[in-house]
Amino acid sequence: MPEKTLPHETTVPEAVSTAMKSGAGKPRSLGQDAWRELRGSWLFWSSGVLLVLFIVMAAFPTLFTGVDPRQADLRGHYLAPPNWSHFFEADWFGYNGQGQSVYARTVHGARASIIVGVCVTLAVTVIGGLVGMLAGYFGGWVDALLSRLTDIFFGIPLLLGALTLLQAFTHRTAWTVSLGLATFGWMQIARVMRGAVITQKQADFVTAARALGAGTGRILFRHILPNVIGPVIVVATIALGGYISTEATLSYLGIGLQDPVVSWGVDISAAQSQLRDAPHVLLVPASFLSLTVLAFILLGDAVRDALDPKLR
Amino acid sequence: MAETAKNEEVSDVVPSTAETTAEVEAVLDAPVDRGEPILQVRNLVKHFPLTQGILFKKQIGAVKAVDGVSFDLYKGETLGIVGESGCGKSTVAKLLMTLETATSGEVFYKGQDITKLSGRALKAVRRNIQMVFQDPYTSLNPRMTVGDIIGEPFDIHPEVAPKGDRRKRVQELLDVVGLNPEYINRYPHQFSGGQRQRIGIARGLALNPEVIICDEPVSALDVSVQAQVINLMEKLQNEFELSYVFIAHDLSIVRHISDRVGVMYLGKMAEIGTDSEIYDHPTHPYTQALLSAVPVPDPAAREGRERIILTGDVPSPANPPSGCRFRTRCWKAQDKCAEEVPLLAVPEVFAGKKTLAAHDSACHFAEERDVVHAA
Ligand SMILES: Nc1ncnc2c1ncn2[C@@H]1O[C@H](COP(=O)(O)OP(=O)(O)OP(=O)(O)O)[C@@H](O)[C@H]1O
Ligand code: SF4
Ligand SMILES: [Mg+2]
Repeated sequence: MPEKTLPHETTVPEAVSTAMKSGAGKPRSLGQDAWRELRGSWLFWSSGVLLVLFIVMAAFPTLFTGVDPRQADLRGHYLAPPNWSHFFEADWFGYNGQGQSVYARTVHGARASIIVGVCVTLAVTVIGGLVGMLAGYFGGWVDALLSRLTDIFFGIPLLLGALTLLQAFTHRTAWTVSLGLATFGWMQIARVMRGAVITQKQADFVTAARALGAGTGRILFRHILPNVIGPVIVVATIALGGYISTEATLSYLGIGLQDPVVSWGVDISAAQSQLRDAPHVLLVPASFLSLTVLAFILLGDAVRDALDPKLR
Repeated sequence: MAETAKNEEVSDVVPSTAETTAEVEAVLDAPVDRGEPILQVRNLVKHFPLTQGILFKKQIGAVKAVDGVSFDLYKGETLGIVGESGCGKSTVAKLLMTLETATSGEVFYKGQDITKLSGRALKAVRRNIQMVFQDPYTSLNPRMTVGDIIGEPFDIHPEVAPKGDRRKRVQELLDVVGLNPEYINRYPHQFSGGQRQRIGIARGLALNPEVIICDEPVSALDVSVQAQVINLMEKLQNEFELSYVFIAHDLSIVRHISDRVGVMYLGKMAEIGTDSEIYDHPTHPYTQALLSAVPVPDPAAREGRERIILTGDVPSPANPPSGCRFRTRCWKAQDKCAEEVPLLAVPEVFAGKKTLAAHDSACHFAEERDVVHAA
């Protein structure tokens, strides 16, 4: 093989050597730049702190309360109102219709709700993202097949599909409920992804990468994915709240989590009948749910913005 | 129409006999002397099928984007390819880059037909033939740093630069194209159009290619910046002995940079020759019409100059006219033009004559007509 080199191979131009010495030219990647950007973003930190709080609550509920969420004292505490000044105590947020501490139930309910929300969102993003990416990138019969599959699933309402599937399980946990929801929830992301990939794959920079000899993996994950992930993150984080409330509806219909399991969804559904007499029984778990969803949406926004160099 | 392409001879190309991948790679990396052909294109055809129906696609026709194009590119030269929008220039570029598969025809690089290569051999072709794109705003990934964009060729072809060397190589490339080497951590949107095009050129140079296909590399730039980029490309050509295929839609842009020029019309080459053959002695009516529209700086020459105005639209490439493709707009068209496809060859009237008009021109009634200078 003949020796073909740039003439500058041996003599490094002055500008290059100064650039190398000054350190100004230390190479960074999009990921590193995004992380630097995130570290300076208040949106990232506030949503991050909230989420860490909820995740610690989900993992170690006993750090927050020593009260058993299932312990019921109907006679003593039936729908007792909150004592807002009794921080972290059993009656902080009052009692529900079974005489159980709303505070204890909300703390213990975080686990199931967050597992369902996060798992379904992750699964849906991975499945929908992959289906959409393959359909959009390869086109042809792959697209025809995957798009028809997406259409078929789109025809089944999320609730109805999950209901039917979950009926097959006699013992339902947060994991089985997640499976049920993920199975019927991935189509929207698949569609968003497919459209975005079809637009991006025609971009000249993709052709340029192909001209350099880049393989399919590199083109999909280095070139197309970073340019389509933004809208997917937005759709996914917004949908997260929807999954937690669908879990609630399923539990309400008696086909979601089963009673000894505590979850925000179970409590929100149970509280609806007593909304007039004791709004706190509904409002407390509902507020926790909203805050969690908000934190995820803000985090998604921060990550999306950090990944867009034009916004820096 | 394609059948006439067959009676053109292919025998002038000496095809390589390499069979194994290693042999092919050796052929692709062999040195070529200046002035020898490096790229030989023969009867290149690309038809895009027109289909109907969603699930069961039925072909109802084809867009004949490129329909039998042949030319040579010599080592160290610039071949300009000119033609109106939609005549198939970009498709030719993509075929030369093997980004599209040719319907038929061959592209010989150093005698090796590259249209049928795959795998490692194809990767070796990519090292040797690179491309500069038209639009500097879409040809750079907005989410990659300049360092990553120019360094990507080395990630894909790790044998070209050892890992520890890459940052230096990237900065050298930035320097070579006249950008500050400290810019490696910037993103494309932080640059002007001209600077972005320089980044695109640096990426094309990274693998030390021998041929660079430039698809309208300056048409998206301001006129003032166009000259700078063209000058840079000329400087690089001398420095690295590059051969360029330089595509443009306008004869005036390529005049400065090309050694030879080919004029395309509706998927076919109408006329091809050296600079002075095409600009001073055009024999094809289409070239003459294009040249008559080129602005002339000298007002005296402008005075007596006749302007040929073409009437009618370019026909659809899905349904091109029979015989000569230009006949629907040609003022000299006769019955023969509709019946016989004119071949791209030295016209009979000029055959054997020692005149610059004796160059390849696909017209039955080729004749000289001075359209640029005062009539
Ligand atoms: N992928 C494709 N599928 C179908 N038709 C195509 C495709 N690519 C190009 N064509 C058609 O082929 C013809 C030639 O296109 P091409 O892009 O090569 O033209 P061009 O000479 O580069 O024009 P321009 O100066 O506008 O860039 C056009 O009619 C175009 O519509
Ligand atoms: S062959 Fe006939 S129609 Fe075609 S350019 Fe020549 S004169 Fe015109
Ligand atoms: Mg084009």
